[in-house]
Amino acid sequence: MNKDKFITGNINPNRRFRKIIGGCVYILFLLSTCVGIIGLGLLIFDVLKEGIPWINWQFLTDFPSRDPKEAGLLSALFGTIWLMFLTALFTVPIGVGAAIYLEEYAPKNLLTRVIEINVSNLAGVPSIVYGLLGMGIFVYRFGSDEMFLDRVLIAGALTLSLLVLPIVILASRESIRAVPDSYRQGAYAMGADKWQVIKGAVLPSAFSGILTGTILAMSRAIGEAAPVIAITALVYITYIPAHPFERFTVLPIQIFNWVARPQDDFRSLAAAGIIVLLVILLTMNAIAVFLRNKYQTRSEE
Amino acid sequence: MADSTVISVKGLNVYYEDFQAVKDVDMEIKRESVTALIGPSGCGKSTYLRCLNRMNDLIMGASIQGEVLFENRNIYDSNVDATEIRSRIGMVFQKPNPFPKSIYQNIAFGLKVNGFSGDMEEAVEKSLKQAALWDEVKDRLNDSAFTLSGGQQQRLCIARALAVEPEVILMDEPASALDPIATLAIEDLVRELKTDYTIVIVTHNMQQAARVSDETAFFMVGEDRSGYLVEQDDTQKIFTNPTHQRTEEYITGRFS
Repeated sequence: MNKDKFITGNINPNRRFRKIIGGCVYILFLLSTCVGIIGLGLLIFDVLKEGIPWINWQFLTDFPSRDPKEAGLLSALFGTIWLMFLTALFTVPIGVGAAIYLEEYAPKNLLTRVIEINVSNLAGVPSIVYGLLGMGIFVYRFGSDEMFLDRVLIAGALTLSLLVLPIVILASRESIRAVPDSYRQGAYAMGADKWQVIKGAVLPSAFSGILTGTILAMSRAIGEAAPVIAITALVYITYIPAHPFERFTVLPIQIFNWVARPQDDFRSLAAAGIIVLLVILLTMNAIAVFLRNKYQTRSEE
Repeated sequence: MADSTVISVKGLNVYYEDFQAVKDVDMEIKRESVTALIGPSGCGKSTYLRCLNRMNDLIMGASIQGEVLFENRNIYDSNVDATEIRSRIGMVFQKPNPFPKSIYQNIAFGLKVNGFSGDMEEAVEKSLKQAALWDEVKDRLNDSAFTLSGGQQQRLCIARALAVEPEVILMDEPASALDPIATLAIEDLVRELKTDYTIVIVTHNMQQAARVSDETAFFMVGEDRSGYLVEQDDTQKIFTNPTHQRTEEYITGRFS
């Protein structure tokens, strides 16, 4: 080849060396992935080995006890269900309402931008901060004799609502923003006003996304221990709360409590409790994934 | 204003922020006829169309000057409710945009938001028949609107607009996303509908304007990128003997 060179200098491909580098990088990244997966696998294996023998009907239907063989997590299970229900009750209307306002009504100005950025930032605040805030406001400020709150379910639910509201708002905004503008235009063109457009054309399309985000937020809420510890003060509960103004305990706290005991049997009970909590969380996440998939296939039709 | 005029536009200017998109348009739109708006891309014909039922209110930064008289009332007067205008001047968009609901619910929606009380099923059937879609969908009214073909979806959107019983229907290139056969079906429909409705249709396709319209308005882009109306006349005249040379150049395809 006698082609004229139009650049000066030598090209040294060094393919062998590049191949070695490429291979090393591949192995490095594979190992990084394995650390996470193996770590999680070991954790689950350990918990299952320890806890499975202790999971039985009695464990699910008995109250905590000083005797590990008679101890169960009924009060914690119901506390968690209560807490989840109440938190959803507060979070969904407020979170979806705020998302609708920010996406559909708010003028696009500096103030809105500041609010949006702060909502995102709030989603990253450590949960113990919300716990202390909740304790300060709901328990101490509104918890005196003449006020109605104390270390009760509703105080816990309000605190967890503060914790997950940013998540619900962000998820709801995402799915509202994903609604094609042509739906809104179509609805306006038939003489619908703003609320009719939102109610009839925007929310039905955004519903699945909002639901998915809410479920994920709820699963975050019921897995939290720190903020609930600040609210409940680790009380020993041997009843099922009958109304939102009773004191309560939840699964993460019951697990925390058992782990802290010296006897080995309680450690195993803690492992069993972790399994129950994991099953609930995985079920909720599975429902969320299922709804998302169902929604996606429908919109591609 | 003559009795045959349903919409009368006087000195209309449209701005997006500082940019003037449409300049100084005067136009009379005749009742129960088809008026086609033609012109090159970016000449503001779609923007102009959206001013006729205040859809431009929804675009941030859009503002207008001038008057759009609908039955002798300026639709931009402060005491006029835009939702009332839009229920009387309906719109069909470039891309079929049915709601992700059933065929039935797509039509019922407009009736519901306008407070319809009466036989909903009958109203839905009537609208679908008017849009020449009834025979194709009567057995699957509860199927999702997305199961229809593109042309059917667009006729559903027309049916949806008709259900509200508007007087005027604005169509923004209603067939540009459709295949030739579906396009012909839409054109047939437009010709049929003009016995009861006034139709204003924006089109890129000059043959289509010639086939469906009674009057044609030709828009151009000026040096300053603002759109303006060159002339408006009988379609026959615009396509055979236009007054302005630019019109002739455009319709004979010397520029586009």
